[in-house]
Amino acid sequence: MDKMLHLDAAFAALADPTRRAILARLAKGEATVGELAEPFEMTQPAISQHLKVLEDAGLVERRMDGTKRPRRLAKNGIDAMDQWLAMLRKALQKNYDRLDEVLAGMVPPKIKRGEKR
Amino acid sequence: MSKLTLKTEGNTHVVVTRRFAAPPEAVYRAHTDPNLIQKWLLGPEGWTMPVCVNDARPGGKIRYEWTNDKGRGFHLTGEYLELEPYGRIVHVERMHLPDPTPDNHVETRFDADGTGTLMTMRMTLPDAQTRATMLATGMERGMEASYVRLDGMI
Repeated sequence: MDKMLHLDAAFAALADPTRRAILARLAKGEATVGELAEPFEMTQPAISQHLKVLEDAGLVERRMDGTKRPRRLAKNGIDAMDQWLAMLRKALQKNYDRLDEVLAGMVPPKIKRGEKR
Repeated sequence: MSKLTLKTEGNTHVVVTRRFAAPPEAVYRAHTDPNLIQKWLLGPEGWTMPVCVNDARPGGKIRYEWTNDKGRGFHLTGEYLELEPYGRIVHVERMHLPDPTPDNHVETRFDADGTGTLMTMRMTLPDAQTRATMLATGMERGMEASYVRLDGMI
């Protein structure tokens, strides 16, 4: 149940384009709040707010580096999400694999009447 | 050739594509004939669809009820908006878990692709938050299972 709630928070966090852009930036390597704020027309507190949502969702973590607190992607959170999506994808694939079989068993009406397409 | 693609588009869309060996007429029928739908639209192993109502005409009702071997169940309701045999279907649907989810507006196209069919299903959710929730919950059926390729996002 906890894991489910966590994933819900993770997907909700991804609903915002700024947060997706932050993740895209962090995928290239860790960055400080100041560095993250730079490409956006946003204040550092606004960026910090987005980072908090991402941290609460388990997608971003902070590292101690002297007085700096660079942020980076949280591997566990990203992996959990990836696994969940892989499972969903499998369920969807299963449906269409079954549909392939159904289609293979259907006799095309035109051929049934002995006509050429 | 049967590779599935799933991607998000903008803030509110999810697009699924899949190729089939059969022509559009057959794939369209498999999406609108209740007897055929009950054979494939089942999601993970262990689920069946004892109730399948599919009245394929504009304004016609859709009702799918699923149950599994552990006695769990849920259902989906919807309405058809447009049907163009055998190329295009537009409908709305919602899951009942048991509370209804916001409406998912779905346009499904069946385009001839050689001797087979390219299916393109474009879902439109009311807002980004709804799409996010759809990605995280109510996925047992698998059709609602929308998929975000993380590579494309992060």
